Amino acid sequence: MTIGSEILFYLLAGLTLVCGLLSVTTRQIFRAAIYLLFSLIGVAGIYFWLQYEFIAAVQIVVYAGGIAVLIIFSIFLTHQAGEKMPKQKTERKIFSALAVFSGFALAMVQVYQHEFITLNHEAPSPTVRDIGRQMLNVEESGYALPFEVISMLLLAAMVGCIVIAIRERKITNIEQGTLNDEIKKLKNGDKTKI
Amino acid sequence: MIQPGLYHLLFISAALFFIGVYGFFTRRNLITMLMSIELILNSVNLNFIAFNKYLWPEKMDGLFFTVFIIAIAAAEAAVAIAIIINLYRSHHSIDVENAEDLKY
Repeated sequence: MTIGSEILFYLLAGLTLVCGLLSVTTRQIFRAAIYLLFSLIGVAGIYFWLQYEFIAAVQIVVYAGGIAVLIIFSIFLTHQAGEKMPKQKTERKIFSALAVFSGFALAMVQVYQHEFITLNHEAPSPTVRDIGRQMLNVEESGYALPFEVISMLLLAAMVGCIVIAIRERKITNIEQGTLNDEIKKLKNGDKTKI
Repeated sequence: MIQPGLYHLLFISAALFFIGVYGFFTRRNLITMLMSIELILNSVNLNFIAFNKYLWPEKMDGLFFTVFIIAIAAAEAAVAIAIIINLYRSHHSIDVENAEDLKY
């Protein structure tokens, strides 16, 4: 492994972590979305560095292309431009930081105490052909069933979004009045207007 | 400089996870909480990919888990944003402190 590759790894890691931290601490929500976008791109860069090109491409297409744009859209729909979010209480920040730090320290102690048996030989990175073959394989170690379940989930999510987004048509009082008149006319047998 | 390996990736993944948890604790705005959830899901993906790369390089199971998590995250974000925009329509605010009608 060359020095340049190591430097690239540390740069990508720094980009991911710094942008993630800025994304959860900045008070301007639009900046938070942009920092989140760069953090996701950093994760995609780490996938590229690990030579998992397919996952990196999926990450860029779905996260950086889809979810980030969706979030920015919803920010534009729900916020005034340049509006800052209200300040949080200091004690809440301190206690959250304490909880997070202790959790992180616990996790890292566990990780470093455990000895992982890493393989030294270089396996070829999976090609798109391998991934496709295993994903649609119905035999052992195939992923055809989860694939179908995910397609049903995406369909359900799509239908659910449409159902949530439909605005119920409110009938105003005036409309209700004319409606009642029409019904009276119909009852009286006056069908000339209709 | 130490050669980057599995432990470095696990460090990044754990740090990203706890950054997301910090955001989830401190934020009171629904969209920023959703962003924190995205960070947490990304850290999980990174963990799966790291284990797949360094412990079972000849298999692809971690990769498939990552693909499915990305698909579920996309569906979850779409539904969550539909709910948030609907909430904004009815309450004119997306602060979690104001969205407590279901509590009583």
